[in-house]
Amino acid sequence: MNTSEIFKSMEYGPAPESAADALQWIKGHSSNGKFDLFIDGAWLQRADNAELETTNPATGDKLATITVGTGADALLAVRAARAALDGWQAIGPNGRARYLYALARLIQKHSRLLAVLETLDNGKPIRESRDIDIPLAARHFYHHAGWAQLLNTEFPGYTAVGVAAQIIPWNFPLLMLAWKAAPALAAGCTIVLKPAENTPLTALAFAHLCTEAGLPGGVVNILTGDGSTGEALTRIQGISKIAFTGSTEVGRAIRKSTAGTDIKLTLELGGKSPFIVFEDADLDSAVEGLVDSIWFNQGQVCCAGSRLLVQESIQERFIACVKARMQKVRVGSPMDKTVDMGAIVSEVQRERIQSMVATAQEEGAEVWQPSGTCPSSGCFYPPTLITGTGMTSTVMQEEIFGPVLTAISFRTPAEAVEIANNTRYGLAASVWTESISLALDVAPKLKAGTVWINSANLFDAGSGFGGYRESGFGREGGREGMWEYLKPAQSATGYSAEYILEHTDLGDEDPEPEEAVLPTHAATTGMDRTAKLYIGGKQARPDSGYSLPVVSPDGREIGLVGAGSRKDIRNAVETARAALPGWAGATAHLRAQILYYIAENLEVRATEFAERISVQTGRSFEDGATEVALSIERLFTWAALADKVDGAVHSTPGRQATLAMVEPVGIIGIGCAWEQPLLGLVATVAPAIALGNTVILVPSEKHPLSATDLYQVLDTSDLPAGVVNIVTGPRDPLMQTLASHDEVNAVWYWGTHPGVKSVHELSAANLKRTWANGVSNDAWLSTSTTALERFKHEATQVKNIWIPYGV
Amino acid sequence: MTHPRNPGMPLDLEWALKQNINRSAIERRTAALPGRRTVKKQWQVAWLLRAVTCIDLTTLAGDDTPGNVRRLCAKARNPVRKDVLDALGAQDLGITVGAVCVYHEMIVPALDALNGSGIPVAAVSTGFPAGLTPFHLRVAEIEESVRAGAGEIDIVISRRHVLTGNWDELYDEVVRYRSACGEAHLKTILATGELGTLQNVYRASMVCMMAGADFIKTSTGKESVNATLPVSLVMARAIRDYAERTGWKVGFKPAGGIRTAKQSLDWLVLMKEELGDAWLCPELFRFGASGLLTDIERQLEHNATGRYAAMNHQPMA
Repeated sequence: MNTSEIFKSMEYGPAPESAADALQWIKGHSSNGKFDLFIDGAWLQRADNAELETTNPATGDKLATITVGTGADALLAVRAARAALDGWQAIGPNGRARYLYALARLIQKHSRLLAVLETLDNGKPIRESRDIDIPLAARHFYHHAGWAQLLNTEFPGYTAVGVAAQIIPWNFPLLMLAWKAAPALAAGCTIVLKPAENTPLTALAFAHLCTEAGLPGGVVNILTGDGSTGEALTRIQGISKIAFTGSTEVGRAIRKSTAGTDIKLTLELGGKSPFIVFEDADLDSAVEGLVDSIWFNQGQVCCAGSRLLVQESIQERFIACVKARMQKVRVGSPMDKTVDMGAIVSEVQRERIQSMVATAQEEGAEVWQPSGTCPSSGCFYPPTLITGTGMTSTVMQEEIFGPVLTAISFRTPAEAVEIANNTRYGLAASVWTESISLALDVAPKLKAGTVWINSANLFDAGSGFGGYRESGFGREGGREGMWEYLKPAQSATGYSAEYILEHTDLGDEDPEPEEAVLPTHAATTGMDRTAKLYIGGKQARPDSGYSLPVVSPDGREIGLVGAGSRKDIRNAVETARAALPGWAGATAHLRAQILYYIAENLEVRATEFAERISVQTGRSFEDGATEVALSIERLFTWAALADKVDGAVHSTPGRQATLAMVEPVGIIGIGCAWEQPLLGLVATVAPAIALGNTVILVPSEKHPLSATDLYQVLDTSDLPAGVVNIVTGPRDPLMQTLASHDEVNAVWYWGTHPGVKSVHELSAANLKRTWANGVSNDAWLSTSTTALERFKHEATQVKNIWIPYGV
Repeated sequence: MTHPRNPGMPLDLEWALKQNINRSAIERRTAALPGRRTVKKQWQVAWLLRAVTCIDLTTLAGDDTPGNVRRLCAKARNPVRKDVLDALGAQDLGITVGAVCVYHEMIVPALDALNGSGIPVAAVSTGFPAGLTPFHLRVAEIEESVRAGAGEIDIVISRRHVLTGNWDELYDEVVRYRSACGEAHLKTILATGELGTLQNVYRASMVCMMAGADFIKTSTGKESVNATLPVSLVMARAIRDYAERTGWKVGFKPAGGIRTAKQSLDWLVLMKEELGDAWLCPELFRFGASGLLTDIERQLEHNATGRYAAMNHQPMA
């Protein structure tokens, strides 16, 4: 076209970014286009390993060959990381901060190379890799250079967890590397990172940056390969932490395969995030937000706003606006600077998108695509809008991971929340309204780790990101992300895997009490009391109709408790679920008052409880009295903390308030150890309910009468029905029911190693959070800062609400 | 290409006031847009030439004389050096600026200088820039300028009507101005830098269009903040809403602060993306600018020669 023609047509022309430098880099940094493994600071040639080709999805051209790491390679890499650990710790906070700072600078210095490599490998538009991915990655290293520097002052009493295995996806290759590597290195961990098989190039480039920064060998190891490489990596002994971003299915597999270990897990999984538009929103801006939400990175974003919820009063107009805007979305060569949507990462992925859209059509939905065409060759898929579906539609429930938006209407804010939460996922949400009252009413009600008000897909290193529900657990970014790579330096509750393995059977046999003598104060006898279960604020007979004898250390039967079973757990969860909104929504002041009241009423009966402990356990009355006193003190502690576990306002760049709100986890199932029958209960229930959770608790199996005695204390303390439910009986089977219950959000367990393992395994079904421990009551006995912090973390989750402002 | 003029419509306040504007989202859009679109090579040349044709070449100074206005008009007729146009293959496109914009007293000298060129003379009016002279004099000023031969009248709205929510008065004022214009086109200057919020910008835009504005214009160039992309996006969306609802296309004129060739492309991209290709011509889009042309000329010369161009190589206005 000549100038005169363009002057008349006013079309856009091509504006290609050059691939030459990046292709030259590949050539210069590989052997004939083949990359080796980066282990222990060196490039390890593996002639016999399988190889994979990585290609440019926009053209199908081969870019490079990568080595598929094996289990043996993974072992080498983990060993290198372990060997480097001491040295990396010895460098100290400032030393590590300097390296992270250097890495941030190097990413900036090589920003265009990294952007072009990313676009070539992944197919995302160069605009996005240049303006979003790479700057955010650099920012992540800068931010975490700060955490490295401040580690001892901001996290006193904590140290690095150890070697972290990190598995990242193909949708934001370098950015996800940054999200994983930066906090781990800042905390003092060493890492083995496995990039996605489709997009390994920027991770390999990062390995070169590590060398350029002079990073000690073994601190960062890059293990390329496919799914089998990642799987092998998660099974290597000596890993203390696994951080995974990817599919919910693989996340589940990792949860199962690490069951019974004390490996810390962060899982950042799938999503089906709602994009909610209220009638008073700036509609044109909401449309543009939608472009940033679902047509960003071809919709291959875990937090993509793939469900459009639009208020019925504006539905017709809004959908028309969306369609008009879709006409303007330019799909084409990702290396072109005027392209909005590039290539889908792989043919497999494109076919999956196509087949899900076909399914929607078969199910009767309307599928709309703009008239503009996609390039005929290469792996492309057009922006797509699906309307006329119900909530039952496959495309409303399942993650598509492509540029496909499914729309549905709602009538009221309450219904919007209901629809938004009608999903197994809980990663993110976007809310559009000009009413601050409405926005701040809706945001806390959404089950999502991130809520963007009048915005979408805003990210920053200073704010945590992560999911609720089956979108995973753990946070990446900000202060909350740092916890994921830290553990208490003086471990009160942590056990080595070896300890647990060696003591596998310990839980089956409680240590014999030193003195099995009769208590000096005889337990009250008289009228028969058969303890029942405590469900929904009432004493309930066990569904089984059976009772279990409680036997003193000298073999006397000292009472009966209900033999709880599956159905009792079911009933208890029902009442805990019903009680949750009221309790979580109650003021912290009220929750504190009730905890104080429980303490008060417990103190009135302190002698009786001390005697009961003594009779059950054979410990002295004084010992029992001490346990009661500690329990009362613990109630005071959590009553005190109830209104002091504050959120934060993160300092994210831009004109917005980013609120880190601390929310309860939800319904927590708790299985207590056998020893310390009263303190074990109080020390776990108190933090859970203080922070707004409801609880189903299985008390000490051997000494359950301290729990059943507590029913009346709870009854007289104004505790709302259903907030605390107690089911006596065989702990491990009951905990298995709780761990596999899809309505339960978290399980805490103190017991045997097989019990820990089964809790972990069963939790995988709905990816509930677990805090499962081998036998010990250290966590309850300790009043150390780190122990209290652990309870705080386990009882809460952080929701980040981004609120841009301005008139 | 001439467009049928917007006849206006009865004031519909429910519609004009209900649209909400979110500044942060507006700013994100305008911050991202220049990174989303770019034009290179002959596309850049063609787009810059188009930008030239959309310029209201302006002088609005107290010391304007027939002499400097004649110089400005000569520049308006030949905004780009002939050798540069030849080298770019654009010699036959008949490139002139969109209009020359002056105060009332300079209309006649400008008309003389532009005689036969087809370039209209626009006059700022209604007590420009503050618009606080007596109302009957403001109306009379329009009538005088139209009689003097101005083809376009750039009026200033009473900002106080916006700031106090007197939308009826604003509407009546602009309706009166429109009727005073007769055949001359009416450009309404909102002085967005003095309206306080983007919400007010949208509302004022809508009321002016309902009152029959042919163009809505951002600024006088005399406010401390003049044309910005966020303000322009809000006004462009108001124009789109109005066109969708009524079928009438209203023009847009950002004025003040647009000085570089790159900026002019950003504005053209904004028009193309938000309003469509129809708004990429002088009938519906103008830049109110004085210094912009020189920078575009330099950029065009660079495209023609491959060398970065000097300011003193471009004939001044």
